[in-house]
Amino acid sequence: MTATADIGAGAAPLRFRDPARSRALVERLRAVTAEIGRAPVSVMHVCGSHEQAIARFGLRSTFPPALDVIMGPGCPVCITDVPEVDEGVALALQGVRLCTYGDMLRVPGTVKSLADAHADGARIDVVYSIDQAVALARRASEEVVFFATGFETTAVATAAALLAGPPPNFSVLSAHKYIPPVMEIVAEMPGTRVEGFLAAGHAATITGWGVFEDFVAAHRLPVVVAGFEPLDILAGLVGLVELVRDGAPRVVNLFPRCVTREGNRNAQAALWRVFVPTGGRWRGIAHVPNGNLRLSDEFATFDARRRFRIDVSRLWDHAPPRLLARCICGDIMAGTRSPSDCALFGRECVPDDPVGACMVSSEGTCRIWHQYGGHPDLRVQP
Amino acid sequence: MCLGVPGKVVSVDGFLAMVDFWGVQKQVCLHIVDEPVGPGDYILNHVGYAIRKIPESEIAATLAMYDELLAGGAGDLMGQDVRGEIAAGQEKVGP
Repeated sequence: MTATADIGAGAAPLRFRDPARSRALVERLRAVTAEIGRAPVSVMHVCGSHEQAIARFGLRSTFPPALDVIMGPGCPVCITDVPEVDEGVALALQGVRLCTYGDMLRVPGTVKSLADAHADGARIDVVYSIDQAVALARRASEEVVFFATGFETTAVATAAALLAGPPPNFSVLSAHKYIPPVMEIVAEMPGTRVEGFLAAGHAATITGWGVFEDFVAAHRLPVVVAGFEPLDILAGLVGLVELVRDGAPRVVNLFPRCVTREGNRNAQAALWRVFVPTGGRWRGIAHVPNGNLRLSDEFATFDARRRFRIDVSRLWDHAPPRLLARCICGDIMAGTRSPSDCALFGRECVPDDPVGACMVSSEGTCRIWHQYGGHPDLRVQP
Repeated sequence: MCLGVPGKVVSVDGFLAMVDFWGVQKQVCLHIVDEPVGPGDYILNHVGYAIRKIPESEIAATLAMYDELLAGGAGDLMGQDVRGEIAAGQEKVGP
């Protein structure tokens, strides 16, 4: 077990409207990065909200040139794999009533998205919460399937809804993902440049920061848990780069107002009763051992994969769009390339007509970069 | 999906709370939150479930951050996401 610290606890709350504190953190980040004395120093965050905040507040323009802050596989919509979308499309076209989060509608499957299936006459409802899908099943006599996507924070909602006893005509098609295992995959990728991770605060609210201790011990890479305010992110990066400089891999929690070491045990108990971790692909990235959450045997009767024969093969009777073959979303989410390396970005692939999943979701790297002028990294803007 | 939205609990009935989000009142499930929650408490809501009771000392700073996000214009993805989360769930789905 590596040494850990809950530094920051009890400190005065960070406020991003505090320009003096912000300037001090920017200066500190420059100084610490300079002390490492090489370039680039590469760190990865795994959260769409972190990237939104970095882009929205122009933080990259304040980073030292030697520091590379990469967005990894942190967009839950983007990493939902093509065959998982195909399963949802096939189920909807087979006549069940499919409910899902709105972000999922335009995510490309092999040939069709759920929006395409809807245009073809399939019944697809966008819900804000799984509870709306359960309520719909109670009012309806037909089969209602909830296509469940997202990380820990939405998986616990799915778990709670199943534990609360949904009606017999309700089932779940789970495409939930679990973040800690994919950090291992990224850390082990050949040629990876990642020297440390900024972990997402709210997912860690569920798991606790202790979940990263084994990762740090195994991979000798530091992890800092950070919140979503610009000052939280700057403080997180300072902490992370200090750990890189010191060659001191450990877990540091800089989001103590939301994250404890143990996390939310109630939520964890629900999560691990309803789900079992299984290996599976994350879109474009890799097979991730234990990265997918599937329903446990106890909830087999609510598992759409066990209730229905899902025939995805008939979706493949015509060729997938040719543009998709040129999409580099996988490399972008793995952190090896950026949107500016993509020939489609901002040309064939735009928010109104996305080719890849990263341009669909408001938490996708390409969507965020496109929103904020195509290249929010002002240091290298031509 | 990732950010969640804080709200003030108005009333509690079993595992269901009525929660106020900047003037919009919605039901939030309390199955997951690991502390007792009562009227006046603030919770962090993720897709209709409270995942955390916000400690008293952190309420002001948390709300200030969201106030800032909500002040953003139409082109601001974070503000859009937060506004979307606040508005979502009011509509009745299906028949």
